[in-house]
Amino acid sequence: MVVVLRSALRRRSAKPALWLLCLLPFVWLVWGATHDALGANPAEYVIRATGDWTLRLLCVTLAVTPLRVMLGLPELAKLRRMFGLFTYFYVVLHLLCYSWLDMGFEWSEMAIDIAKRPFILVGFSAFVLLTPLALTSFNRAIRWLGAKRWQWLHRLVYVVAVLAVLHFFWMRAGKSNFAEVFVYASLLGLLLLFRLRGVVGFWSSGFTR
Amino acid sequence: MPRHLFRRDSDSGFLHPVSSEITTQSMYVQRRDWLKQMATGAAGLSLAAWASRDALAQAQSEAVAHPGKLAPLTGAISRVNGANTIEKITTYADASSYNNFYEFGTDKSDPAKYAHTLQTKPWSVEIEGLVKKPGRIDLEALLKVSPMEERIYRLRCVEGWSMVIPWVGYSLAELIKRVEPLGSAKYVEFITQADPKTMPGVRSRVLDWPYVEGLRMDEAMHPLTLLSFGMYGELLPNQNGAPVRLVVPWKYGFKSAKSLVKIRFVEKQPINSWGRSAPQEYGFYSNVNPNVDHPRWSQASERRIGEDGLFAKKRKTLMFNGYEAQVGQLYASMDLKKLY
Repeated sequence: MVVVLRSALRRRSAKPALWLLCLLPFVWLVWGATHDALGANPAEYVIRATGDWTLRLLCVTLAVTPLRVMLGLPELAKLRRMFGLFTYFYVVLHLLCYSWLDMGFEWSEMAIDIAKRPFILVGFSAFVLLTPLALTSFNRAIRWLGAKRWQWLHRLVYVVAVLAVLHFFWMRAGKSNFAEVFVYASLLGLLLLFRLRGVVGFWSSGFTR
Repeated sequence: MPRHLFRRDSDSGFLHPVSSEITTQSMYVQRRDWLKQMATGAAGLSLAAWASRDALAQAQSEAVAHPGKLAPLTGAISRVNGANTIEKITTYADASSYNNFYEFGTDKSDPAKYAHTLQTKPWSVEIEGLVKKPGRIDLEALLKVSPMEERIYRLRCVEGWSMVIPWVGYSLAELIKRVEPLGSAKYVEFITQADPKTMPGVRSRVLDWPYVEGLRMDEAMHPLTLLSFGMYGELLPNQNGAPVRLVVPWKYGFKSAKSLVKIRFVEKQPINSWGRSAPQEYGFYSNVNPNVDHPRWSQASERRIGEDGLFAKKRKTLMFNGYEAQVGQLYASMDLKKLY
């Protein structure tokens, strides 16, 4: 299994193929919006779908290191930045859809909305915190900042993960519909727990970062 | 006038309109042109129609295309004030595929997918509580309590979307008069079907089942409050609350309980399901009110399903969903910010 995965990942086409795969939800949304295929309330569909895909890609991004370590697949490392940037791509779309489809680009209304509603505020904070990470994702940024500082900065992604789940939880809270929230929360919880193994020291000592 | 349209002048305390709120010249010229056209009779046709609201209601009613999915159930045009909006009717496809009916799942596409299991025959509604004539009424008898009327109502969901739906039914008041409530009956409680065998959502614990709603007696007796058996000239589809449901057009959609099995007359204000689940978000009254926000979103505007395109601006939500003239007096002395 791991052997098959390794040879697949070593193919030159692996990265472009995954890149296209990550773009598929976006392609579907554009096609659906122009072909009236997104149901009775396309605006709601697009806003929710972009939010869902942000969460999913955040999970994928955060799963790269644990999978790389546990399966012994160093090939995965070179994919992490791509997944991270796709997470940012979808969160930008999510924010854009909210600003445009929901708020009609009424900036003053949006400012009020963000300040007034915890669930919007939390989601917006997650976007703000993710921005410096996307901006410093290229190799030279690591050199400029120094590896240590870069790594500390990019640990913000854990805060983003917590805020993202909180945003989703709050959005569903009034409708008592928590099944999906629970799935994302446990997945992200597990992935964060993996990072704590060194700090707390309960994970097997065989793993190194 | 909303406050934010004004800025306070520090010198005099006089409220000046913000310049962007002053009608532009081009705008009032346009308006004058339009008025001129009206006067010269260019818009004579529509004026003629305006002169006779009945004619318009007739045209609107005839425009309701029967989808041909279920048995026909037609009604005469309602004479009740406000019961025939002339807005564009939402398509049957949208109205029957985009529903909140948690007994069949939490996704709005779930009811259309899973409600086919609902058993609507035989069906009866139990009348109980503070009435002179309690008892069980079979659906067949219930259908004959009063002549069927067609009513075209706006439906505003608490989530911020809206539709225009032609319902078929009669005023709930007709049934209430038949069962003769006692003087002590101050509220009416509506209890809906909750059968885990045919309603997959009831197996989940999203809400306390059965779904319960309530109205104050004067709200329940208001002629606009409809006991509905059909829509678009046919029997109600299961996902829209077959075989009998409530439609209260000036309240958020969740107040209009579906698939009723019990109507109970009580003295104390009932606790409705959403009020029990999240009292800080859903009040007992839940009147459509653009000035009272939901804690997680604004209620000032709404998206009309199937009509406002993806990039269209949302439309303003009207007080009491546009039924203020008919129902405003019911709430005359109430603080609607507290009793939302």
